[in-house]
Amino acid sequence: MHRILFSAVVATVVTLSGCGSCQNGAQSSRPELSESDLQPVQGGRLIDSGIGEPSVFLPPLVTDSASSTITSLVYSSLLRIGKDLDYEPDLAESWEVSEDGLQLTFHLRKDVKFHDGRPLTADDVVFTYEALMDPETPSPYKPDFMDVEKFEKVDDYTVRITYREAFAPALGSYAGLRILPKHLLEGTKLTESDLRFNPVGSGPYKFVEWRKGDRVILRANEDFYRGEPKITEYVLRVIPDQATTFLELKAGGIDQMTPTPVQYDRQTDTKFFKDNINKFDYLGFGYTYLGFNNLDPRFKDKRVRKAISMAINRDELVSGVLLGLGEPANGPYKPGAWYYDENIKPTPFDPEGARKLLEEAGYTYKDGVMLQPDGKPFSFTILTNQGNESRRKTAEIIQRRLAELGVQAAPRIIEWSAFINDFVDKKNFDTVLLGWNLDLDPDQYTIWHSSQTDPKQYNFVSYTNPELDKLLVEGRKTFDQEERRAIYNRVQEILAEDEPYAFLYVPYSLVLLNNRVHGVEVAAAGIGWNFEEWFIPKPLQNTPSAK
Amino acid sequence: MLGYLLRRIVGLVPLLLGISLISFAVIHLAPGEPAVIQGEMGQRSTVELREQFREIYGLDKPLHEQYLNWLSRMVRLDFGLSMTADRQPVIDKIAEKLPVTILLNICTFIVILGVSVPLGVASAVRHGKTFDKATTVAVFIGFATPHFWLALLLMLSFGVSLGWFPISGLTSLNFDSMGPIEKVVDVARHLVLPVLSLTFGAFAYNSRIIRGSMLEVIRQDYITTARAKGLGERTVVYKHALRNGLLPMVTIFGLWVPELIGGSVIIEQIFAIPGMGRLFWESVMGRDYTTIMGILTISAFLTLLGNLLADVLYTVVDPRIRHR
Repeated sequence: MHRILFSAVVATVVTLSGCGSCQNGAQSSRPELSESDLQPVQGGRLIDSGIGEPSVFLPPLVTDSASSTITSLVYSSLLRIGKDLDYEPDLAESWEVSEDGLQLTFHLRKDVKFHDGRPLTADDVVFTYEALMDPETPSPYKPDFMDVEKFEKVDDYTVRITYREAFAPALGSYAGLRILPKHLLEGTKLTESDLRFNPVGSGPYKFVEWRKGDRVILRANEDFYRGEPKITEYVLRVIPDQATTFLELKAGGIDQMTPTPVQYDRQTDTKFFKDNINKFDYLGFGYTYLGFNNLDPRFKDKRVRKAISMAINRDELVSGVLLGLGEPANGPYKPGAWYYDENIKPTPFDPEGARKLLEEAGYTYKDGVMLQPDGKPFSFTILTNQGNESRRKTAEIIQRRLAELGVQAAPRIIEWSAFINDFVDKKNFDTVLLGWNLDLDPDQYTIWHSSQTDPKQYNFVSYTNPELDKLLVEGRKTFDQEERRAIYNRVQEILAEDEPYAFLYVPYSLVLLNNRVHGVEVAAAGIGWNFEEWFIPKPLQNTPSAK
Repeated sequence: MLGYLLRRIVGLVPLLLGISLISFAVIHLAPGEPAVIQGEMGQRSTVELREQFREIYGLDKPLHEQYLNWLSRMVRLDFGLSMTADRQPVIDKIAEKLPVTILLNICTFIVILGVSVPLGVASAVRHGKTFDKATTVAVFIGFATPHFWLALLLMLSFGVSLGWFPISGLTSLNFDSMGPIEKVVDVARHLVLPVLSLTFGAFAYNSRIIRGSMLEVIRQDYITTARAKGLGERTVVYKHALRNGLLPMVTIFGLWVPELIGGSVIIEQIFAIPGMGRLFWESVMGRDYTTIMGILTISAFLTLLGNLLADVLYTVVDPRIRHR
């Protein structure tokens, strides 16, 4: 009996593996491309990958990046972000800001249709706002529109929004407000609508299928108002493990992935990668910092904060933690953005200077230990969250550098929600190692203003500075880009002088993309900004991802 | 027998209640809640917004009230709505993932049984010989091999280098255009590597149990009798000894019932298989209370049911045992 079972198992394995269609080592033989093949052409399928499963495709409810990848292709907004991070017309052909900055007027294109063929008009735009602000809608985007006094339709293709107070960052919120089809949603709660799982928008791609836990399939919208996108099918595969994703890329199961720095730097130096995969790196939208709790008298002293910051070697962090795939940070803004002040340099590594500053602040160095003015050894914890390898390594490297100074810094790693709930929200920490993801707009009122220091608010380091407060408020009310640049440059000077955070580094965003995909252009906005123009040459449209 | 069954089933009720109460308390004791996690949405999020989230999810009520609400819904078999952005009924979420996990686990159990039973018997028969020693070493190497490491090795060799099997997922992209037989083959091909990774470590435990119980049985008098009657060794081992040697498998079988729906988090993560393990993991990380409670209740129920089933099965396979 057992022999039969055994041979049955063996037989099945052999039959299953004896497939005709499987490719060996992916695209080993690739057709030669002629000059004419490199002209943009319609067709083909691109298989993207992500570690997170999307949850819902109704834009106001979206809180995760996988869902937002899909909604950004299926829906469109009044404005969009151009390659240099400026606002470009999308559904709105043009827009005006009133003299006093209180009124925004958008003029819509007249040739836009939803995927079901119904035209998109001002009614849909107003409906989108109302649906978002409905008390029954749990949406994280509400705060963007809290100051709206009136959101009204002027005619079928014009909407006007009146604000209670002038709010310069408001314009940016219209690049993220994806317009919903009123005719499909009117009268139902967003949280109960079928559009949560079967989205209908007006964007470049139409929704086809969501196989939960596995993949989402989109198809090019042939009636798209800017012209049909070149790549006909877009597939987002959900693969929770990055090692698996990497193997899938090698096996030809996917075209695109976000690798870890180790994968990007150490595992792509092979012939296969040189022949088949393009590597992209560009500055991301986030930075990592060490935040000092200003409620702790030790860190209220600017000299102590600066001393610790000077004891940190940022180049070492970039090369050790990010494998060189990043840049030292000089402040809270993305290098290259219009408001970024390049005259400010990252705090240089200067252990001697750090020691002097500490001594100036009343600390004494004795037998390898830095003593606080009260005579106790200077020691504190570096609190960070679990599951983030780079932060753990950063904390350990900082610990070692501070030890050379006689300062004991102990990293402590806590699970994310406990970390936020019990420590950050309650301000129960000495220093905290965290990162911010940045908005496009330079407004950072919620992070630095003195009114934002209550529990659960974002100025959890409790840093206050009256001049900074004034600038932050002014920056929100000023619309002129030159004036705003001046304001935010001054903000950066103050932050560099006071160092409420030790700004550490800005990691690169990393992408590996099969080189059968053409038309990709790296810009300040990353690589995805011209996705509609990416194309796959005819001879490559069926390889490699035909599995 | 019927009285015994009834008593056991009635006894399940307070047990289930206790389990649900403890689970409910524990998951609410863990710091963080759905509103907080979805509240990490950017610089503009506000305290009012978080309060609005809590109200929508009913988290603003006192804990005992939340539990009673949950219980009164549960009694009507209503698992409630998930506390993630999609607001789907929990039961739908579970129903989506359940078939995948059951399929994966049934395949795994078949392979485990198919290998462990003959292996255990063969080891017992050749007790102390080279074969016995060699298999012992082999299965314990399997036992000590970490799942995830084995999975990656299998992917690298059979997926990337040889290209025989797909690396991840459950279906190919052109699945919808396939015929019924092709579909079966496609899913089966996707299951080969995960099933291999899941079974490799389980041979040790199961084959050891069979071996141990066979060793005991083989020494019994009736086996000597059977041999004395002049029966062939094969008949003695497989007809007379194995029947009794398999008795401990009944207990293991009972333990498998709840395992049938509890997916392996690690294997499902690595092979990108949309099953219960991933659902549970994601619910815990997102503090999706209703989904966590749903899954816990179902698996508690199945565990108790499995135990009951094993006890009842014993009376069937072993006439010496009688429940009153």
